[in-house]
Amino acid sequence: MKENVVIIGGGIAGIEAAKQLLLLGYSPIIVEKQDHLGGHVAEWHKLFPDMTPAKEIVDQMTSEIGGANVFLETTVSSLNRLSNGYSVVLSNGIAIVCRAILIATGFHLFDAEKKEEYGYGVYNQVITNRDLEHWFNSGKDVRIDGREMKKIGFVHCVGSRDLKAGNSQCSKVCCVTAIKQAIEMKEKFPDAEIYCFYMDLRLFGKKYEDFYINAQKDYGIHFIRGRVSEVGEKIDGSLQVKAEDTLSGKPLKVTLDLLVLMAGMVCNPRTTEIARMIHADIDTDGFLRSRNNIYNIMESDRPGIFLAGTCTGTKTVPETVAEARAAVLSIHNYLSR
Amino acid sequence: MIYEGKQKIWADYQKEIPDDHWYFVRSCIRQNFFPASEKYFTEITKNVLGKDIYESPHHTTCGGIAYHCDTIPQETVMTIVARQFALMTEAGYENYAASCITSFGNYIETLESWHEFPELEAKIRDYLWKACRKEFNKPKYVAHSSDLIYKFRNEIASRAKFRLVNKETGEPLRVVEHIGCHYNKMFPSKGVGGAEYPYVLCGMVESWGGQIIDYPERRHCCGYGFRQYHVQANRGYSFSNTHKKFESMEPYKPDMIITNCPGCPYFLDRWQYVTAETEGKTYGDKPGQGIPVFTYEEVAGLVLGYDPWDLGLQLHQVAVEPLLDKIGIPYDPASKYLGVNKKDLGRPVLPECMTCF
Repeated sequence: MKENVVIIGGGIAGIEAAKQLLLLGYSPIIVEKQDHLGGHVAEWHKLFPDMTPAKEIVDQMTSEIGGANVFLETTVSSLNRLSNGYSVVLSNGIAIVCRAILIATGFHLFDAEKKEEYGYGVYNQVITNRDLEHWFNSGKDVRIDGREMKKIGFVHCVGSRDLKAGNSQCSKVCCVTAIKQAIEMKEKFPDAEIYCFYMDLRLFGKKYEDFYINAQKDYGIHFIRGRVSEVGEKIDGSLQVKAEDTLSGKPLKVTLDLLVLMAGMVCNPRTTEIARMIHADIDTDGFLRSRNNIYNIMESDRPGIFLAGTCTGTKTVPETVAEARAAVLSIHNYLSR
Repeated sequence: MIYEGKQKIWADYQKEIPDDHWYFVRSCIRQNFFPASEKYFTEITKNVLGKDIYESPHHTTCGGIAYHCDTIPQETVMTIVARQFALMTEAGYENYAASCITSFGNYIETLESWHEFPELEAKIRDYLWKACRKEFNKPKYVAHSSDLIYKFRNEIASRAKFRLVNKETGEPLRVVEHIGCHYNKMFPSKGVGGAEYPYVLCGMVESWGGQIIDYPERRHCCGYGFRQYHVQANRGYSFSNTHKKFESMEPYKPDMIITNCPGCPYFLDRWQYVTAETEGKTYGDKPGQGIPVFTYEEVAGLVLGYDPWDLGLQLHQVAVEPLLDKIGIPYDPASKYLGVNKKDLGRPVLPECMTCF
């Protein structure tokens, strides 16, 4: 009989781990609270830097885990330590005994309403990166449909690198996502002027810098180094946005038809709940603490508890997938002892 | 505008405001600018609402103007504040209400500083003892006096003789609210509604029948800004700030402005004269009239049916009569410029493009 490995979270980390566990002869069991697999990536439209359709990636990955047990719309009700493993009780009443658990609960998108000065949830024309991806996918959003878009703004680092918001971490993907979304909007509204307000541009990944240069050269997107200080609504529903252009050393005021907030990654509250069940440690950034942040990031301090993806910190899609594979190797080594 | 979004934020920024027994301190400048506002604060809270509001004749400035003009050491300001608290303690009160927004901010900043740096509080206690032989308890609650009127806004509404409604159209009056910067921008959690979408004046206006206007420069400074005005060379900057606000609110055609700060109503009112004189431009729904600017006590007084001239409205630069007519509040034009014992107060000089009633 194949050995069970419970994977908590059916995002791309969980799916990739399930695939690798199947290849190694284990019986992965994915527990996913949503009604579909793919997590945040499944809600995205295209992925940087090659504009790969996110659906294509998620469908491809999901098609490769046919042998895994998947419980959708299910959560972990309790998680108890046994002498040689864990008893996992699910919200559907099923109990599973296993020696290894992989936590792949992912991240939570920062609640942009907390940055009150940006007016998300107060001003109609302020949306988030997730709202925009939803519009790219569905083509339905009254804030965009049928409106003339002459000027569009993107605010980087919303809830990231922001001690006032309680999050010191960089979300890593927002800079390049803003560039990706700015390019997509420019393609849909060729006459629109597009502004990206940033603190720093952290474009560390493969082809990210090229992507940024193309955004300027080929699409004419304006990059303004400075944070937005406040947003107000004008009588016609457009937005008055104040910022500081720190390169020219001048304050700036611009009227926009749409402002997109690049909400960052914060720890998933569900992850914290699971950490409590197994007495796992939370790191100072609010994410799960790994055994070692340099060479053992996939392992926790608890025996048989492994970690993959953004439950331990902010990551890109390729990093998450690579980490899931590494976590599976750690699980295999642990179970083969 | 998503009103529910604001309501959600307002729910997050409510503060405890005790119902009664307040030690009340006046502003240095309000009695000169808007002479009846503080009188009618005590009149309404004491005589209409039956609250215990105590004033000491021994209280002084809080030092806030000098502090924000950067001409006084912080320890000196804190020692002045400590003396005010000593007077409150001697009078047997625990709840401290300040009429001035800058004083309110000053008291909160002092208490927060002492909380973060207890050694500073110990030093100030020592200074106060050496200077005045006084000791003090820190107030249990510190409120701005607009917090109290906000708290009792519905009681005032229930006794109202007039509502902020256009009597001809039946439509709510369109009201611009302007909050003093030191009320909530330094410590957002200390102001009703927080820093971005303050509710303290919105709540009064909504309760009394008006409709709030949210315009792009709503959060902007009134133009006072202390050194913007008190340093004479900077006054153009003061004016340009006020001008920016009026240009921003102009398309909404506000009927009136309500404020809760000593400086804000003064600058929003007086700089309209300067705009009219220099540019020949007036704001408001009819040319030549301007937008009347009120303190919240004046608006509460109007709603409760007090005589507009007893409320000191004749000392405003922008005439209030068009607004009184809109609401249907009666007034005697002949007694507008008559003071105590019918003494003639004189008449303001106005630019040609601004109407005098």
